Amino acid sequence: MIIEKSISASDAAALEIQGISLAFRERRQELPVLNDISLTVPAGKFVSIIGPSGCGKSTLFHVIGGQLKPDQGTILMDGQEVTGQRGLISYVPQKPALFPWRNTLDNVLLAREIAGNANEAARKEAQEWLVRAGLGGFEKSYPHMLSGGMQQRASFLRGLLAPQEVICLDEPFSSLDELTRSDMQRWLLDLWETSRRSVLLITHSIDEALLLSDTIYLFSGRPASVLHRVDVPFARPRRENLAEEPGFLELKREIGARMRAEQSKKPI
Amino acid sequence: MKLRQLWNSIWPPLVAVILLLAVWQAATSMFHIEKWILPSPVDIAKEASSGAAGLWEHTMATLRLMLLGFAIGTGVGLMVAFALHYVPFLKSSLYPLIILSQNIPTIALAPLLMIWFGFGILPKIIVITLVCFFPVAVAAMDGLTRTDRVMLDYMRMAGASKSQIFRKLEVPHSLPSILSGVKIAATYSVMGAVIAEWIGADKGIGYYMMLQKSSFRTDKIFVAIAIIVAISLSMFALIALLEKWLVRYKPVKDNK
Repeated sequence: MIIEKSISASDAAALEIQGISLAFRERRQELPVLNDISLTVPAGKFVSIIGPSGCGKSTLFHVIGGQLKPDQGTILMDGQEVTGQRGLISYVPQKPALFPWRNTLDNVLLAREIAGNANEAARKEAQEWLVRAGLGGFEKSYPHMLSGGMQQRASFLRGLLAPQEVICLDEPFSSLDELTRSDMQRWLLDLWETSRRSVLLITHSIDEALLLSDTIYLFSGRPASVLHRVDVPFARPRRENLAEEPGFLELKREIGARMRAEQSKKPI
Repeated sequence: MKLRQLWNSIWPPLVAVILLLAVWQAATSMFHIEKWILPSPVDIAKEASSGAAGLWEHTMATLRLMLLGFAIGTGVGLMVAFALHYVPFLKSSLYPLIILSQNIPTIALAPLLMIWFGFGILPKIIVITLVCFFPVAVAAMDGLTRTDRVMLDYMRMAGASKSQIFRKLEVPHSLPSILSGVKIAATYSVMGAVIAEWIGADKGIGYYMMLQKSSFRTDKIFVAIAIIVAISLSMFALIALLEKWLVRYKPVKDNK
């Protein structure tokens, strides 16, 4: 199974970003967006980025996805330079972006199709995952028949079933209501702890990042730079009641203080 | 429930048509209008039932011409749209010309085409293509440019190639728009076929109309018009059905 292959023998990080800088040019004005960003996603680890909204986190994903060329810096995957190459990551966008003319099963298989290996075995695998994700019986439903949470789960599965090793999640919970969001976090936690893919998650929720991640990078406001790196020590498998433990609250307070300090530097 | 909805949408226009026919019938007999100026609906119906046999061949000829022209016109329209969508320079240079081409009345262009291409099927197909391709091309281009940005972004991030983006996203996304253009083209194609037959043909509804005009058989012209309307309506209905089947993923809208 492709999904469980992740704990690879090689020691090279699944994704390594080294000194990425990028500025947008508009009417001869330079708008720096990313400032010397370096971070590492080791194979089979869950890494999160927390930053103020609008700090250019999504731009970083577009750089990793090969859509934007950085002014400086390189991107390595498994030790190979891949700066500017497309199709090497699996992407889960902020909005589910399911295709309305495809049923759930075909939507989930889209990333496989793009990679050119949506065969019968992939269909079977997708079907199994749909059942595990609580979408059993909805294989033939079109996206408009699904609830927001179900759509987002289908979008996750699409990313999970993609053949690429690294999954990039761009604030995938931000459009969901509070209850659905915590359900989805628990769901993702279970899913990830059984599949162990390499994940890079963008979020603005400290709780979410602490619950899910092995490592958290704190980003500054625009232009984004890495403020601080936090290693999350909690043992796995984690449960949701982790959020009530003193260690968790301690870390949360610390990160919250750092983010507030960063936010207060900027005029609102 | 569904039948009732259908009936609810059918009865108002049906009543209107029946009323119109009744007024028409009453007016022709009340004001003693000559049959060669305006025949009554009853006269037309009589003529249609007695002369139906002779019209069959003409109807078939027009139908064949129209379907061929419609298929070619739609195909050309789609190809123009795809080409212009993919080559922005082509779009900026040719789009005004395409709009200009629609300002030339078909009826003025048809004789020229006859002179250039003779009286065969070619000039007739060109006439129909000219009226058909435009709505299809414009609708398709519009649909293609309105591709959902978020989905497009996803496809690019997932590493989809240009042709994958085209096949898996842009075409299906613009399908509803394309089909509304095709619907218009379908009704235009009937008009195009009739005009082409007016100019030069030895069979077909348009030819039949010209023939009857010269002998002042107004009733027969009305029968021809009725056939044209019937063909137009059935083409429209056919495309609407096709649309319903192709765009079946859309949520059901209630007609409120």
